[in-house]
Amino acid sequence: MTPWGEIAVAILLLASGIVVLIAALGLWRLQDFFTRMHAPALASTLAAWLVTFASIIHFSTRANEPDLHVWLIIIVLSITAPVTTIVLARAALFRRRRAGDELPPPLERQRY
Amino acid sequence: MNRLLPSPLTSAGLLVLWLLLSRSFTPGQILLGILLAVAMPLLMLPLRPAAGPMRHPVVLTRLVFRVGGDVVLSALEVARGVIFSHRRLPRSAFVVIPLELRDEHALAALAMITAVIPGTVWSELAPDRSAVLMHVFDLADEADFIHQFKTRYEFPLKEVFE
Repeated sequence: MTPWGEIAVAILLLASGIVVLIAALGLWRLQDFFTRMHAPALASTLAAWLVTFASIIHFSTRANEPDLHVWLIIIVLSITAPVTTIVLARAALFRRRRAGDELPPPLERQRY
Repeated sequence: MNRLLPSPLTSAGLLVLWLLLSRSFTPGQILLGILLAVAMPLLMLPLRPAAGPMRHPVVLTRLVFRVGGDVVLSALEVARGVIFSHRRLPRSAFVVIPLELRDEHALAALAMITAVIPGTVWSELAPDRSAVLMHVFDLADEADFIHQFKTRYEFPLKEVFE
């Protein structure tokens, strides 16, 4: 593996670690549940992408052939992560509306 | 659309997925992949209606790349908002966005796009699919956000699915 490849992989992994750290910081520092939901999304998108690119570079330069099946991580993560995000948002809306918090009212039918 | 292959695109996608995961192109793996590609859509057919045809592959490809870029930009924005949150709290807010999309697969794609982009969370869809409630991390201008959202994501999806 070339030194340039190693440097690129190291930078990508370091950047990914920093992004996850910021995501954790956001989870700790932000006040409101819905605002907090945005921070961990950093880990499942940007941070995961950076690790994926690092992995593509690492294994492609080591085997001297493009190693593209790691792309599946990005694709499958993009399909599955929204399920948990939306279920969490729905559950929080449901609970906090029942608790009487100040939230937008449920959307009604607009056309009958 | 025929009876054996209710959604050819899904079948093709499954075959490619299987071959990429097994990382070998031997006849045995290809046969297994074809078996999966035929069986899975048939087994899933009772659960949900098969998708209609998807038009405009160019529009769709452009949308995928745009969403990829927006994910990175939005992630950097959220990161900046978190880092400087002790100085200025992000202007988080709920926004109601009126929708013109009605196709359920297009709406599923739209929900996926908003959930993947860190700065937005899809929170609620009106019973008649006429509006969506969205939580935005840092909202500067509501009207501008709604306009951007509709032109960037909703209209291309409308072109592809409807």
